Amino acid sequence: MAENIAITWRRIPERYRLAGSQCMTCHAKFFPPRKLCPTCRRKGKIESCAFSGKGKIFSLSEVHSAPAGLELEIPYVLAIVQLAEGPKLTTQLVDCREKDVKVGAAVEVVFRRIRSDDPEGLLHYGYKFRLVK
Amino acid sequence: MTSTGIVGYGAYVPPYRIKAEEIARVWGEEPERIIKGLGVKEKSVPGLDEDAATLAVEASRNAIGVAGIEPSKIKAVYVGSESHPYAVKPTATMVAEAIGSTPEVMAADLEFACKAGTAGIQIGMGLVASNMAEYVLAVGSDTSQGRPGDALEYTAAAGAAAFIVGRQKEQMVAKLEQTCSFTTDTPDFWRRQHAEFPTHGGRFTGEPAYFRHVMGATQMLFEKTGMKASDFDYFVFHQPNGKFPLEVAKKMEIDVEKVKPGLMTPIIGNTYSGASPIGLCAVLDIAKPGQNICLTSFGSGAGSDSFWLTTTDLLPQNRTRAAHNLAWYVERKKYLDYGLYAKHRRKLKSL
Ligand SMILES: [Zn+2]
Repeated sequence: MAENIAITWRRIPERYRLAGSQCMTCHAKFFPPRKLCPTCRRKGKIESCAFSGKGKIFSLSEVHSAPAGLELEIPYVLAIVQLAEGPKLTTQLVDCREKDVKVGAAVEVVFRRIRSDDPEGLLHYGYKFRLVK
Repeated sequence: MTSTGIVGYGAYVPPYRIKAEEIARVWGEEPERIIKGLGVKEKSVPGLDEDAATLAVEASRNAIGVAGIEPSKIKAVYVGSESHPYAVKPTATMVAEAIGSTPEVMAADLEFACKAGTAGIQIGMGLVASNMAEYVLAVGSDTSQGRPGDALEYTAAAGAAAFIVGRQKEQMVAKLEQTCSFTTDTPDFWRRQHAEFPTHGGRFTGEPAYFRHVMGATQMLFEKTGMKASDFDYFVFHQPNGKFPLEVAKKMEIDVEKVKPGLMTPIIGNTYSGASPIGLCAVLDIAKPGQNICLTSFGSGAGSDSFWLTTTDLLPQNRTRAAHNLAWYVERKKYLDYGLYAKHRRKLKSL
């Protein structure tokens, strides 16, 4: 439990506002943020950067059997989104079904509850994505 | 007093809707009577992963888009709601963090039934005018609940609106010319700590509560400013249903056509702290430069905040900078039946 809260807290910048990092040497961008550029290694200079929240669908599937805590939300769409800046991330697509979504469709970031612990526990928030119509 | 104004504004309404007809069907009521009586055809319902905090964030991001400012320059964030996700743990810190205004920022949650959002605008005017903050973000956001079968179930809806108050004239989309409040201790509506649903004073909610305060504050604004009803182009009143604002217009000899553009409750329901602020967004989305707007909120308990705003030349171009405007949110609709609605609102005890 305590570790859970610590991870949530550390990830707030990344989960709340898509804070990532970039290598100033080769201009590669990373999400989630990396502290070391895999290409430039020690020659790379890493700085934080914010992603625009725009992207497109790379792949998707509909979830019918949810992990604990998400039972009420089934069926929901889980997708790999390619951000406009390059990196890919796995995310829930809100307010749609699989049949509504095509690979390559434009999406944008939204801020939602991503998990809630037991009724007396912490609420976890973060990014999900939505189709831009 | 240094003049202040709205430099950015934004709204959010979830896509889910339930029709009054569907709720009436479940409780064996006559839909026609309900729709006519309340003046509400359907209402918005939050998604399963939405709450007052997530609604506030999206409205705030739209407001920042219109303002075109660096979020780190927002030096105070106030979120007004009666459905804050936590009893203890502020919504304002989550909003400030999500928009990128932390850590050099004042923040607090506000509560005053449905008028906590406009109370935030007044606090913002004070902080900005006194140079304590360059920009202040004030949000009204709610995902309110009505007891199943209660009249409030037909109207209690979800939505948010956010405003950024600033002092630089060359950034204002609307000048905040004047504000005043009419406040008394009135027991018209309440929810005790740990109670799930609110209780209302029945007939007591109309005359001594809503009408006395809304009309009292609006009249007070007229007297303070020397303006009269005919000087305003638009009136936005708190809208617990689709009829009360029109009745205020009749009683105060205001042309109802000036009230209708800001009357959103008939199609999205009563969004509580979001209600009159969303009405103001609807008007700002269509107003022309140089128009006068009167906004009067109402919060049970009870009080009303009244504002006189004048739109500027910047409004038509700057409002296009929001990712999405109110009309975009209002027009996308996904209808729920009562069963799915009960799941969305976790009305079944085991959920
Ligand atoms: Zn590199």
